[in-house]
Amino acid sequence: MNKKKKTFRFATVEVVKNGDLWAKLSLIVMGLANLKRKQIVKGLLFLLAEAAFLFYMVEYGVSALKNMLTLGTKTQGWVFDEELGIDVLQQGDNSMLLLLYGVLALFLTVFFVLVWRGNLKSALELQEMEEKGKPIPKFRDDVHTYFDAKFNRTLLALPIVGVLAFTVLPLVYMILVAFTNYDNAHQPPGNLFTWIGLDNFRTILASGSTISKTFWPVLGWTIIWAIFATALNYIGGILLALLINRKSVKFKGLWRTIFVLSIAIPSFVSLLVMKTMLQPDGAINVLLKNMGLITESIPFLTNATMARVTIIVVNLWIGIPYTMLITSGILLNIPADLYEAARVDGANARVMFRKITMPYVLFVTTPYLITQFIGNINNFNVIYLLSGGGPSTLDYYQAGKTDLLVTWLYKLTVSSKDYCYASAIGIIVFVISAVVSLLTYRRTSAYNNEEAFQ
Amino acid sequence: MKKTSSMSRNNKIRDIASYITLIILSIIWLIPIFWVVMTSFREESGSYTSYFFPKGLTLNNYVKLLTDNSQFYFLKWFGNTLFVAVFSCLISTFFVLSVSYVMSRMRFKMRKPLMNISMILGMFPGFMSMIAVYYILKGLGITQSLIALIMVYSGGAGTGFFIAKGFFDTIPKALDEAAYLDGASRAYIFWNITLPLSKPIVVYTVLTAFLSPWMDFIFASVIMGDNYNNYTVALGLFKMLEREFINDYYTQFAAGCVLISIPIAALFISLQKYYVEGVSGGAVKG
Repeated sequence: MNKKKKTFRFATVEVVKNGDLWAKLSLIVMGLANLKRKQIVKGLLFLLAEAAFLFYMVEYGVSALKNMLTLGTKTQGWVFDEELGIDVLQQGDNSMLLLLYGVLALFLTVFFVLVWRGNLKSALELQEMEEKGKPIPKFRDDVHTYFDAKFNRTLLALPIVGVLAFTVLPLVYMILVAFTNYDNAHQPPGNLFTWIGLDNFRTILASGSTISKTFWPVLGWTIIWAIFATALNYIGGILLALLINRKSVKFKGLWRTIFVLSIAIPSFVSLLVMKTMLQPDGAINVLLKNMGLITESIPFLTNATMARVTIIVVNLWIGIPYTMLITSGILLNIPADLYEAARVDGANARVMFRKITMPYVLFVTTPYLITQFIGNINNFNVIYLLSGGGPSTLDYYQAGKTDLLVTWLYKLTVSSKDYCYASAIGIIVFVISAVVSLLTYRRTSAYNNEEAFQ
Repeated sequence: MKKTSSMSRNNKIRDIASYITLIILSIIWLIPIFWVVMTSFREESGSYTSYFFPKGLTLNNYVKLLTDNSQFYFLKWFGNTLFVAVFSCLISTFFVLSVSYVMSRMRFKMRKPLMNISMILGMFPGFMSMIAVYYILKGLGITQSLIALIMVYSGGAGTGFFIAKGFFDTIPKALDEAAYLDGASRAYIFWNITLPLSKPIVVYTVLTAFLSPWMDFIFASVIMGDNYNNYTVALGLFKMLEREFINDYYTQFAAGCVLISIPIAALFISLQKYYVEGVSGGAVKG
């Protein structure tokens, strides 16, 4: 068993050391070991993979990788053509495409190395089977294992391809962009962009530029927002759930449905409606004026501090029912004898809430709380739909007073095309989320005892 | 005796107080909904009025929204969104359930690394890769098409398996092993034993996957650009609030909001039991 495991981990070393002639040949010509043992289909597939990869590398791959290092050298523009004796328009390199093709070539190379290792493992397996005189499995048997012992590979194949194409590849591309100067002054195809190392991070974190003067206040507001939004929603939700769960309250289903309505409606509908209601001429101000409560419109979304408070309050409208919905069931599951014992000891409702309900709910919902916190750091919809990041200010670069890091990232991407700064901010947001989760999530029992119920 | 009577009076006061709180809260929670429904029937056009209750009520906004195709095509948008939602729901449900079953039930060398990788991927803000996704779709020559939307909504679904995996973890493994000893294959166990036992999580996965195309307007707007024909409902309604349209289209916007909120809210409320079980069975587990 031990030896087998070792063989699997260092297939290459093992082949060089103990492989037979065919295994060694498979280092260079993939699938030979399979062909020799009459695994024709499998052998041909390996061979075909190698041929396809070599063709790709010679034709495109090598130049793609080389271009990725420079990100293009020819700028688009008029160049003097000596043969014709006139200026001609030079096509120029497109740094964006060169980077994309480079990343693609890297992915294909990694994939090929994995297939190549699979080929070596297969050769070693066959060698071992032959030495022990076991029958060599036919192609049909191999296919069959993919619906049984290796069913994981079958099920994972398509999802992994999807994630690679639509999550990992774009992400790797954007992470690389964070180390280039792909901003609005370096837009392909007209201009080239190139590698500049950590300069973007320096500009954002520790320079006197407007970007840096935008980053720190926006980060501060992002964290304040995340803390308030998470904590208030959580506490409010639990209180509401307790209120509805009271024994004497009738029509529980009705009350619950009224509140759930606000999360059942698509959030872009409710938030856009709220936005128009909260304008200086919007319905809320009109209602308050007609009732004679105010004479001047309240600047719900036009004054910076008011806008921040308004956003947190409006977010309660969606957040409280959500927490209520999730925690209702948990509250019902709290062992009743805990309350019974406390009541015998003379505890009143407030003490019981503080000493029994909260600790129990907190214990059960810690993972939920962390996801909510990180979700709020990335809460794009509420800010974007409600205030659009506004009120705008000249002190900030491309951001308003209520912009979170993610909405700023969005504006940098869509309106000012400063992709390199947007990517760097994305990486910073990632670091923040990762630190928060690492500090808390890995300690929770949901992560550590995943097999507790099996 | 005196003590109990004062306690019951106390209880009564508390009951009344809780009903009053609930009623006030309900009013606060219902005002925006009430207002948008009212606006959708408002006779006078325009975005802002100097009065709260409309002067006249009419069904015209709905009629115009559904029949007037001079600028926007609401029915077409509805069809588009339904089409995208059905297909991306099928694909992402398949992806999510496959991955979560594998991660919960099978043990192989790459399991923990893959789980950690997808957790790490989930911590990057989703919009960060938006532009790169756009260029990839452009490279494939399918921007401004519904296929592109389906691919974007369902392509990366495989990383969102944690909740479903948590649910599968609660199904006793002994069932699998018994079937395995009887000679059933892994594929057979997945289709005939695990899935039928996992109704809540299947419903939850289908529900969330089906609803997300109705909600998203960011990816849709990046991919569709100005191709009004292929807009989804969310993107179209968002467009109606732009400066050049808001005055003429505000009441129609409200009508559109009501029209799509009704089926979505009904779907959500009727399936909320599964939604809660899905979330609290998986993520919220002590």
